[in-house]
Amino acid sequence: MSTVVEVRQLTKSYGSVMAVNQVSFSIEAGKIYGLLGRNGAGKTTIMQIITAQLFAASGEVKVFGEHPYENSRVLSQVCFVKDSQKYPNNYRVIDVLEQAAFFFPGWDREYAFALIEDFRLPLKRRMKALSRGMLSTVGIIVGLASRAPLTIFDEPYLGLDAVARGIFYDRLLEDYAEHPRTVILSTHLIDDISRLLEHIFVIDQGRLVLDEEAEALRGRAFAVVGPAARVDAYTADKELLEREPLGGLVSATVMGSGDAKDRQQAEALGLELVPVSLQQLIVHLTGGKYERKAVEVR
Amino acid sequence: MEYLIDENRPIFMQIAERIENDIIAGELPEEAQVPSTNQFASFYQINPATAAKGVNLLVDQGILYKKRGLGMYVAPGARAKLLEKRRAQFFGQYVVPMLQEAEKLGITMEQVTEMLQRRVEVP
Repeated sequence: MSTVVEVRQLTKSYGSVMAVNQVSFSIEAGKIYGLLGRNGAGKTTIMQIITAQLFAASGEVKVFGEHPYENSRVLSQVCFVKDSQKYPNNYRVIDVLEQAAFFFPGWDREYAFALIEDFRLPLKRRMKALSRGMLSTVGIIVGLASRAPLTIFDEPYLGLDAVARGIFYDRLLEDYAEHPRTVILSTHLIDDISRLLEHIFVIDQGRLVLDEEAEALRGRAFAVVGPAARVDAYTADKELLEREPLGGLVSATVMGSGDAKDRQQAEALGLELVPVSLQQLIVHLTGGKYERKAVEVR
Repeated sequence: MEYLIDENRPIFMQIAERIENDIIAGELPEEAQVPSTNQFASFYQINPATAAKGVNLLVDQGILYKKRGLGMYVAPGARAKLLEKRRAQFFGQYVVPMLQEAEKLGITMEQVTEMLQRRVEVP
């Protein structure tokens, strides 16, 4: 498996804030990655460094085996769809597509127009007159039709409704199957896309706290609910992520697969075993109690 | 189709279970071709590598086999093998939880037996 991105000991600070702190990872060709973390965790900074829009303070970055800075061999193979992309004032949707055709060697014009139809985007509308969701859609179309060997989507579905998100996932999987390439999806909304991902990175306060296959994470933790004394007896020999009183009961989240053995042991104590979602697990691992509540009311 | 997948359990295992269920139900008879990983991926909106992992799990167990250049097929004897496996799991997976729930609710063993034999509710 060839390596597309290699990052070693990457560090970047803004003033006294360490946006990216000693981050190392590698990205292999032909997989869909998730770069997950809370707002301000450092995700966008990392992507900007990979795509040569920012310099790292220290550390090493290689994209397609080379340094990306002012390197057209590398940059012509990379498509970075930013959620905050700015366009010239008079640009219409069609102008953006024409620029993209000029920019990306693998651009598929026909496919771009098919996507415009799918998403029902008005071609002649000015970019500045588009809604948030439509703006996201333009980014998605550019990202997909660029067919860039490395395509990065930063918060791709801000403002998108459920139908448009569904179209995005369908088209992404379809086109990825036909034209395998490396895709990075960066987001703080994990559950919505977790099933699309093969590998997951979690960034928290500038540090890489998780670098794992998505499937290995599913069923990595579970929760038990029951009377405090029995829950505590059960969790005594396990790695405890969180313990929360719940009326007269206690809910404890522990690392473990929740397999038949875990289940029998819990049932013998009269405890109920509850699955923990990927989003919840990541929230536990990044220690964000506050965000968990925000997510639940979403 | 996302409601079909439980995101809290490994998805590849659920794909394997779906294929197993289809084989047991006779919808995928022996020597029938199994959908491709890309078909599974687009149907369930999941990563193709995840779908492939589920299919390969069944290849490792001799339930499916690969015809080079053609795809995956149901192996001869697959259904019998799966029935044996599922029967072995039946007690732990269905009977034990039922008895635990009955005990919790104060339903006696006699009542449970009667329900099972006559397939009617016992007050």
